[in-house]
Amino acid sequence: MTVTNNDNHDAAKIAEYAHPERLVTTAWLAQQIAEGNTGPGKDIVVLESDEDVLLYDTGHIPTALKLDWHQDLNDPLTRDYIDAETFATTMTSRGIARDTTVVIYGDKSNWWAAYALWVMTLFGHEDVRLLDGGRAKWIAEGREVTREVPEVQPGVTAAYPVVERDDSPIRAFRDDVLAHLGKPLVDVRSPGEYSGELLHMPDYPQEGAMRGGHIPGAKSVPWARAANEDGTFKTRAELEAIYLDEQGLSPNDDIVAYCRIGERSSHTWFVLTHLLGFENVRNYDGSWTEWGNTVRVPIER
Amino acid sequence: MSTPLAELAEDFRAASPQDRLQLLLEFSDELPDLPERYADAPEKLEQVHECQSPLFLAVEVGDEAGVDTNDQQVSIFFSAPPEAPTTRGFAGILHEALNGLTVREILDTPEQAPMEFGLAEVVSPLRMRGMVAMLSRIKRQVRLRTAPAGTAQ
Repeated sequence: MTVTNNDNHDAAKIAEYAHPERLVTTAWLAQQIAEGNTGPGKDIVVLESDEDVLLYDTGHIPTALKLDWHQDLNDPLTRDYIDAETFATTMTSRGIARDTTVVIYGDKSNWWAAYALWVMTLFGHEDVRLLDGGRAKWIAEGREVTREVPEVQPGVTAAYPVVERDDSPIRAFRDDVLAHLGKPLVDVRSPGEYSGELLHMPDYPQEGAMRGGHIPGAKSVPWARAANEDGTFKTRAELEAIYLDEQGLSPNDDIVAYCRIGERSSHTWFVLTHLLGFENVRNYDGSWTEWGNTVRVPIER
Repeated sequence: MSTPLAELAEDFRAASPQDRLQLLLEFSDELPDLPERYADAPEKLEQVHECQSPLFLAVEVGDEAGVDTNDQQVSIFFSAPPEAPTTRGFAGILHEALNGLTVREILDTPEQAPMEFGLAEVVSPLRMRGMVAMLSRIKRQVRLRTAPAGTAQ
């Protein structure tokens, strides 16, 4: 694999972020695959996480396995994430050990990949990264995709330990948000959802919120502002211009981000936490589908 | 009474959950392209907003002379991008099972027929709403195109 100027440029951009180890380039990943370092039981496991559950099956990055947000990460009964035992099984069945480097990528500017990364962080998985630009960039660069699903031999890794989720540092619940009112909130939905004109994303199904608007005091910063056209993250300087200069947020602020169900705000959580180095950002995954249906919580339009 | 849709549903249910996804992928791969008269005129298509990804459909009812309206043949056309394989798969199933049936046969299709494919457990119940909505919009269009003038909803 030859290293091009573009690849150098990508790597230089990533080095600027607060936690550059959280993001990898397509060139880096291609090299790791070529060297045989990726796949179940290897040092690096690649996961694809998409909005569309079948997209992985139409062709994916070689050695990658699927991690679906509905099927694999959400509890089928309670509106919550899976429990410690299920998470351990989910990881073991993909050949992931506690010290494996996990690289996640997906569609829609890595919006669902960021969500999966955030859920893995709830369980304290230490080394989990995103592929900058996600699925779209990999394909746009003409890199290899395959329909071959890697086989996971039982025992290829030690069983993933059963680790209880620690929600409090990065997850906010409704009561936390009520107690947080007056402190910075970031609403990452589209302008129409923020203003209350729309009860759902443009072009998306109505998922039933009784009220439109936003949480009082929330700033409107649609998540996609952090992404370039090609799905990669904007540079640190560009991100600072949005979140620090324009919105007046500071890295020491106690911040809650939300959207509709917590997926788009995971993207913003990733930007603030890992790219800009904010230390106290929580994602409110109940988001508008909870707040907009809750009796007597304050709403602003 | 066994319909093509019910027979397909039976095939899906007989398959293992992983094979059901593969079947769905085959239907996604095989969804026919739009004929030119629609490809060039997107305004003639109806968008199914309940699908997570953009899906458009069109319905035509035959006008064969001497044939009762209920026995006229229905043609169905779909358009969905390759990045939305689940949506394409749902459309492919409905195309395979419903295209070419008569007005009466389409209108007799139970609204909840898409839930009989055993797909909710592999793609999630939330995603199944899109397929239910596609069927109900097809039926609505058929009713619209066969209602006597002035009575259509």
